[in-house]
Amino acid sequence: MNATVLEPRERFATLARWCRRNPVTALGFGIILTLAILGLLAPLIAPYDPYALNPRDRMQGPSWAHPFGTGLFGEDIFSRVLYGIRLDFGIGIGAVAIGLVLGSSIGATAGYFGGKVDEASMRMMDIIAAFPGFILAMAIAGALGPSIPNLIIAIAFVNVPVYARLSRARFLVIRHALYSTAARGVGATNWRILWWHLLPNSLAPIFVQSTLQFGWAILDAAGLSFIGLGVRLPTPEWGVMVALGVPRIMTGQWWISFFPGLAIAITVMGFNLIGDGLQNLLDPRRR
Amino acid sequence: MFVFVARRLLLLVPVLLGVTVITFTLTRIIPGNPIDLMVSPLASPEVRERIAEKAGLNDPLWEQYVRYIGGVLHGDLGDSFVTNQPVLTDLVTRFMPTFELTLIAMLLAIVLAVPLGIAAAVWHGTWVDHLARLIAVLGVAMPVFWVGLIAIYVFFFILGWIPAPQGRIGVVIAPPPAVTGLYTVDSLLAGDWTALRSSVLSILTPALVLAFAAMAPLARMARAGMIEALEADYTRAARALGFSEWSIVLRHAFRNAILPLLTMTVIVYGYLLGGVVLVENVFAWPGLGRYVFNAITSSDFPAIQGFILYSTTVYVLLFLLVDLLYVLLDPRVRV
Repeated sequence: MNATVLEPRERFATLARWCRRNPVTALGFGIILTLAILGLLAPLIAPYDPYALNPRDRMQGPSWAHPFGTGLFGEDIFSRVLYGIRLDFGIGIGAVAIGLVLGSSIGATAGYFGGKVDEASMRMMDIIAAFPGFILAMAIAGALGPSIPNLIIAIAFVNVPVYARLSRARFLVIRHALYSTAARGVGATNWRILWWHLLPNSLAPIFVQSTLQFGWAILDAAGLSFIGLGVRLPTPEWGVMVALGVPRIMTGQWWISFFPGLAIAITVMGFNLIGDGLQNLLDPRRR
Repeated sequence: MFVFVARRLLLLVPVLLGVTVITFTLTRIIPGNPIDLMVSPLASPEVRERIAEKAGLNDPLWEQYVRYIGGVLHGDLGDSFVTNQPVLTDLVTRFMPTFELTLIAMLLAIVLAVPLGIAAAVWHGTWVDHLARLIAVLGVAMPVFWVGLIAIYVFFFILGWIPAPQGRIGVVIAPPPAVTGLYTVDSLLAGDWTALRSSVLSILTPALVLAFAAMAPLARMARAGMIEALEADYTRAARALGFSEWSIVLRHAFRNAILPLLTMTVIVYGYLLGGVVLVENVFAWPGLGRYVFNAITSSDFPAIQGFILYSTTVYVLLFLLVDLLYVLLDPRVRV
């Protein structure tokens, strides 16, 4: 690793070189960055109000006025897909953040203290992981009722064992690292070692995993909304928008479902490319 | 071997108990009073009270849970509030359509993904490898319900190759006499070509859609396992001994890549159990997925509980099966 401070131009050159070496990962970053900017600028870019209904222009195919066509009530699908970025990214961030914080705290505590704490918490994780993921998320979202926070909770809960197992495995390895023993030698408390010395050293694989989890979270959120367990109408969420087009696919109005679904696919692909690439960087054997 | 199986089965008990605690808790926090579903809205408060008392809904939660577990152990999953049938009966009648769909999807996924993964490993770094990666990336990223809709649009609406997505067999065609419960197999057994054609065409699209989603992790696993096996010392030895390349790839390397693939197959099956809920809804497939979807929208909690318990048990048992296969197939695991 280079410790010297780089000039901005050198930094750019390093970035460019890195992108050339990892074109696929760079493509993933590019996709997500572009989408994020489009989402942030949605109010400026969107040609129409995502909630505006205009029955006179209902169910029109893609045109210059409506690049993605219009829906059942004449709503502009392009504007709704743009606003959907905010919501779907938001759900993804929320679900991953909650799952990551909960899971890695459980895993860290289990890995550091070992013994009964470890045994008890890991058996609990086994139980959650015994469910097929989407089905458990469905049950939780169904039990709590359809709303955005409940959707986030459901998806986060299902993914807690993933983070818990990862961070536990990492903690088992680093708990006896030299710097940890050294910190104990100079009289640091358990919590200080855990938070200050071990946690930062355990984060890399967890962060890489979380980029992959982003894709899953957005896919699950869209799936749950698609069957009516997540975001409800008229909120512009991609899964709900695909569901709206279901009865119309047999009569030929493909664009109602197509564009929102495409947005899901591109987003998930972007996150997966990043996650894959980072995993390869961390673990060269996978290349 | 016996001790291993016994220990493994014993370990399942706490997991499955934990699973029932979670499903039970979840279905008791569902909004909406189940009594509203069981009695007519015009019923007097006394009638409501009597029925609630009879159904045990007024008892403390832990008593309800103990009664629930007792029932489950006797195969009693309660009665569905909507169909008024025992949940077990409901699940059994809807099991075969879902089993047929997931089975064919799984077979298609394996048949497509494993050769793809092997090819990607053998021609590692060439266009074959890149194509495999592209398929894998797309398969994971595209939502199954969306792929299903696109398939319906292209193959039904535009090309007219497949029947309307209205279940397991054409509306005007009589289903074959039930032997196995699998329409494709039954119509073959009965020699009913019209039914066979219609049922194969009906199942092909949803099964391919599911298989496409399931392919990615399988192909990836096959590729990774094969790359490792092809670089191993025993492969080099086989090469030095002059075995043909085909024999090295299939007989020496692939055998060693099979075990992790088995585990991945089970994980993917668990994923299919979730995906099938979405795909059955798109294709009006009369299976468990649609059943649980209807159950959720009408707060039919015995039905939801039953379905989750069923699919989780299947999932857990499949993992057990894989563990046992490991012991049978790989002598190194036997301790």
